[in-house]
Amino acid sequence: MGDWLPAGGRGTMSDVPTLRVENLTTHFETRAGVVKAVDGVSFSVWRGRVLGLVGESGSGKTVTGFSILGLVDPPGRIVGGRILFQGEDLLAMPPARLQAIRGARIAMIFQDPMMTLNPVLRIETQMVETVLAHEAVDRETARQRARDALGTVGIPSPDERLRAYPHQFSGGMRQRVAIAIALLNRPDLIIADEPTTALDVTIQGQILFEVQKLCRERDLALIWITHDLAVVSGLADELCVMYAGRIVESGPVEEVLTRPLHPYTIGLIGSVPSRNRRGEPLRQIPGMTPPLLHLPPGCAFRTRCPRVLGDCASEIPLLPAGVGRTVRCIHTDVMVPA
Amino acid sequence: MSVVAEAASAHAKPAAAALPIVALDRVSRDFVQPQGIADRLAGLFGAVRAELRVRAVADVSFAIAEGEVVGLVGESGCGKSTLGRIVAGLLPPSAGRVLYRGVDVEALPPEGRRAYALGVQMVFQDPAASLNPRMRVAEIVGEAPRVHGLVPRTQSDAHVDEMLRRVGLDAGLKRRYPHQFSGGQRQRIGIARALAVRPQFIVCDEAVAALDVSIQAQVLNLFVRLREEFGLTYLFISHDLGVVEHVSDRVLVMYLGRVVEEAPTDELFAAPNHPYTQALLHEVPRIDTGRRLYRGIAGEIPSPLAPPPGCHFHPRCPHAMPICRTESPPLIEIAPGRRSACHLNAAA
Repeated sequence: MGDWLPAGGRGTMSDVPTLRVENLTTHFETRAGVVKAVDGVSFSVWRGRVLGLVGESGSGKTVTGFSILGLVDPPGRIVGGRILFQGEDLLAMPPARLQAIRGARIAMIFQDPMMTLNPVLRIETQMVETVLAHEAVDRETARQRARDALGTVGIPSPDERLRAYPHQFSGGMRQRVAIAIALLNRPDLIIADEPTTALDVTIQGQILFEVQKLCRERDLALIWITHDLAVVSGLADELCVMYAGRIVESGPVEEVLTRPLHPYTIGLIGSVPSRNRRGEPLRQIPGMTPPLLHLPPGCAFRTRCPRVLGDCASEIPLLPAGVGRTVRCIHTDVMVPA
Repeated sequence: MSVVAEAASAHAKPAAAALPIVALDRVSRDFVQPQGIADRLAGLFGAVRAELRVRAVADVSFAIAEGEVVGLVGESGCGKSTLGRIVAGLLPPSAGRVLYRGVDVEALPPEGRRAYALGVQMVFQDPAASLNPRMRVAEIVGEAPRVHGLVPRTQSDAHVDEMLRRVGLDAGLKRRYPHQFSGGQRQRIGIARALAVRPQFIVCDEAVAALDVSIQAQVLNLFVRLREEFGLTYLFISHDLGVVEHVSDRVLVMYLGRVVEEAPTDELFAAPNHPYTQALLHEVPRIDTGRRLYRGIAGEIPSPLAPPPGCHFHPRCPHAMPICRTESPPLIEIAPGRRSACHLNAAA
């Protein structure tokens, strides 16, 4: 691991996890049938650590994030599982208690910062409101805190920028404001849903830099939802790979990326253009993600899998695969042709 | 012209020492905001308002030889899409010349103009927006070759089937509408439409940007295969350095309307010359580097409405010198086949 992490200050695996999701199941009951967007997902994230939740469109990674904060709208419904935040089940909690935690102890950063920002209010108004919603402090204290938060995320001249409207910021700056708002009430957990996907490379680098620093300095737990394995490889400690609503592989990020076990993870890594294979055809995963309404029984990946065998049609559990690793595949001993 | 000739001679392979397929000679493109009614009224009363002018592409020259894949990278607003449209003939330049096989396209006879229009095709980023939602796939792919008389009416169906087969789509789906396909399939339809008029050159403008990683790999492999099958030349525009590195022979890097560096792909990624290219390459997250500390280059991309004087990159550049604030560095040859626009090369 890099030398940039100070030895102290980071949570260890022996602590109680900041967030523990157990068997989370979120369904969308549509006229055409039940879409199992999230189907029995479990993971934990500790303070000071970053969990990467990786998957392609429709894999359920965003719905997982939304489920944790109770943001799933009908026809979507959480039909099972537990979400333990510092030991308390968010799903069993009275609404008032949930409201006190949401936005204060748990914050969310969305892909589009305009989902966080109100276009017709000054940044100052929005940030002060966020503080006052959770704490009885006077306006001036709230304003000070807003200004400090803007400074923390690297916005120059925060006093002036507080008076600005969202449209006066560039895309990268808006995302920084959204991150600053997420930090306002000093949360213990931040859920970031593709926050750098819409940004340019150099701006993405700046945001990743700020996020790394924050996580390190404030001992935050962070869930980073993305489709981009390359971003996660530089940022996360643990990795969960999702496919068709389920986690198919999890483990420490370096191990999963260097020795992937699930054929989907192997295919996904092979699909990334990289300097090692310039000019050669990319290894591609044949076919496409099956529609969630018509998932094949058993392993959802088996229709595209190079190592498929007859018993793949049975229900495959998430199996332990070495220290801290799990995989949802019963044929990991079969080599995948490169 | 000298720059173009140089570039052409440097990059054309000895076997194809012929003219470059497309060359740009000091091309610029401005966009001016037209005056609204309020402004014209204000003008009547003597108020003078500066017109809003954006120089999207500034003084760009390069040549693309037959069979080459040229990557064009840059961040949002750097003018790479505008440049792509100029190359494809969809947008006329405000200044400078576009040469198709050595002839200024403005001076082409009607027959040559048609050869240019058909010979250079474009594949767009958003397949949902670039396919007519009310046309069936057979019509989308078959219309242009029929209208241009490339394929006899009786063979139109067979031609469409052939094109769909070449891009990996089932010809049995040609009676469907675009919305009935997935994103990757729609992009394949866009590619089939471009191929249907038998082009020699395809401009791919962020053609895989909207696709999931595994689908992106399928479409990239398709582009590589088609290049071999049809002997195509590509201008591959992308913000994704990994994609450009994978497919290109040569790369152009743009920043705020100017080409700041040009080099063969291997050399550019091994030893970038321009500070902007260096910063860009450092920022790219890579799956094979493992855990690392992100650094971030300082500052924002300046507004193209008010670009900084001198070198556009100087406010963010760690090596900026006094001359960088006043004089724009010319794009000069720093090694055979490599050009870079940085005062550091003159100082060294």
